[in-house]
Amino acid sequence: MPVIAARSVHKSFGEFEAVRGVDFEVARGEFFGFLGPNGAGKSSLMRMIGCVSPVTSGELRIFDLDPNVDGAAIRSRMGVVPQTDNLDQELTLLENLVMYGRYFDIPRRECRDRARELLEFVQLADRADSRVEPLSGGMKRRLTIARSLMNRPELLLLDEPTTGLDPQARHVLWERLYRLKEQGVTLALTTHYMDEAEQLCDRLVVMDRGRIVAEGTPRGLIVEHSTREVLELRLLSTTPDDIAERLAPIGERVEVLPDRVLVYAHDGEAALASVHQLGIEPLASLVRRSSLEDVFLRLTGRSLVE
Amino acid sequence: MSATVIRRSTPASIRVWEAQVVTVWRAWKSSALLSMLQPLVFLGGMGFGVGALVDERSGSTAALGGLGYLAFLGPALMATTAMQTATFEASYPVMDGFKWRRAFEAMTATPVAPRDVVNGMALWWASRILLGVTGVALVLAAIPTTRGWGLIPAALGATLCGMVFATAMGAWASTRESEASFAAVQRFIIIPLFLFGGAFYPVDSLPSALRPVAWITPLWHGVELSRGLTTSGITFAAACGHLAYLAVLTAIGYIICRITFHRRLTR
Ligand SMILES: Nc1ncnc2c1ncn2[C@@H]1O[C@H](COP(=O)(O)OP(=O)(O)OP(=O)(O)O)[C@@H](O)[C@H]1O
Ligand SMILES: [Mg+2]
Repeated sequence: MPVIAARSVHKSFGEFEAVRGVDFEVARGEFFGFLGPNGAGKSSLMRMIGCVSPVTSGELRIFDLDPNVDGAAIRSRMGVVPQTDNLDQELTLLENLVMYGRYFDIPRRECRDRARELLEFVQLADRADSRVEPLSGGMKRRLTIARSLMNRPELLLLDEPTTGLDPQARHVLWERLYRLKEQGVTLALTTHYMDEAEQLCDRLVVMDRGRIVAEGTPRGLIVEHSTREVLELRLLSTTPDDIAERLAPIGERVEVLPDRVLVYAHDGEAALASVHQLGIEPLASLVRRSSLEDVFLRLTGRSLVE
Repeated sequence: MSATVIRRSTPASIRVWEAQVVTVWRAWKSSALLSMLQPLVFLGGMGFGVGALVDERSGSTAALGGLGYLAFLGPALMATTAMQTATFEASYPVMDGFKWRRAFEAMTATPVAPRDVVNGMALWWASRILLGVTGVALVLAAIPTTRGWGLIPAALGATLCGMVFATAMGAWASTRESEASFAAVQRFIIIPLFLFGGAFYPVDSLPSALRPVAWITPLWHGVELSRGLTTSGITFAAACGHLAYLAVLTAIGYIICRITFHRRLTR
């Protein structure tokens, strides 16, 4: 039985359809990702899974329960990290966790024990009794994650947990999330960082404008939708109009972006040699492996991060 | 991490109330204490100052139903305090819960449902109003002309009067995106009621066209009830009438809160 099962789920806000029919399943213990640009409908979907936003049409089941009927029961088994922190800035870290634990009707003493343990887990134990307000963005994010674990959830929803964090803070977070996965927690994460999705997710869906445009493992998606390597070329300040045509025979596919040209080829170095043979002299060139970014570009014709 | 069996003991609305107490105690400690002082200022300034003037005029005691001015005004301050505490507690803290601190959003991600948020806030309003009213009642208990067991039912009646304002203001605030309108509500509804609701002088001294307006305001009923139960005397039927009117308005406000909170928290 999947932990989350969505069939043709829609979400409308008035006339506007934010989620336009999505189907997917998340298995127990899986680390599942929703990758997509701004406005793709990731948060709208997360809020429906979190049982705080009713499904407009379609069927959504969590723990094989119906959010409309058993919302409270589902929420009691789930942890939520919302896109924007809603910590109480005036309270201390410990008080924030205890107060949140009380919402689950966990006895106060037990709340305090769990809070201490979780502050340890997110490496904030030394700040337990200071106020939240002066914490850095990364620390607040970690605190929100600690808070979401107060009820020892089976399923953890993370809406862009690392947006706005510096690389080091992101890696600390990633490592903590791995640990949760090891402990058997099912994780569902949204992100618009392809490296995050690639690193963390067992399986993911790529979303765009309210729809799922691809589904698979990070590796599988890359193999399916892109070549092994990519040759990135920076040409003169103005890209000649016929460049795509001229480069077409070299790679399997050519993408002309405003600032660079991407040549998709199995062997990037060989492609670069062919470029030189054509008499094209790029200002700079780079050969790299394909990423989910390329998958997204392929599927939607747009970059993930503008 | 396996889910542990949790002892379910405290109703969700009480847990919401509990959080509100912690929050208010932390963030609003000083303003809460200051707000307790306001009725004392009125009681001191108006009761003794104006009272000295009024009581010396012949015939004024008769106009006040045989009461000295302090005995006339004092009990009414329980109702006005209830109203003012209520409108404050159901405006900024509600906006805070939805928009600033977003505690309601945090709560509803847990087993706490929108209905529990309303019930918890209603409990909070009731307890906060009762606390403010009790402050006034304690002072009145120290003054010989207003002392009496009637202060206890009067404080409860005043609290119910406050709940009319709390639920109405709470419903309004829950539909607002900013606090911009709160000052206007204060200026155009609360202060006029404060002045014309029969707290400072009998409604009978208003022009006859204005009197029915005073009679439909919940504050007038609260004032009559508090004063009647303490100093001026009231028939059982009249007391029940006032209580019923206030209870019906509170029920309507509560139902609207249930609808507006639910809408806002399940978008
Ligand atoms: N409460 C709402 N009322 C009206 N429109 C909304 C509401 N919430 C979201 N939307 C709209 O739905 C669309 C999808 O929003 P959503 O927040 O789900 O996207 P997202 O993928 O999470 O984007 P981001 O990466 O920016 O967080 C957007 O166009 C947004 O403006
Ligand atoms: Mg979002």
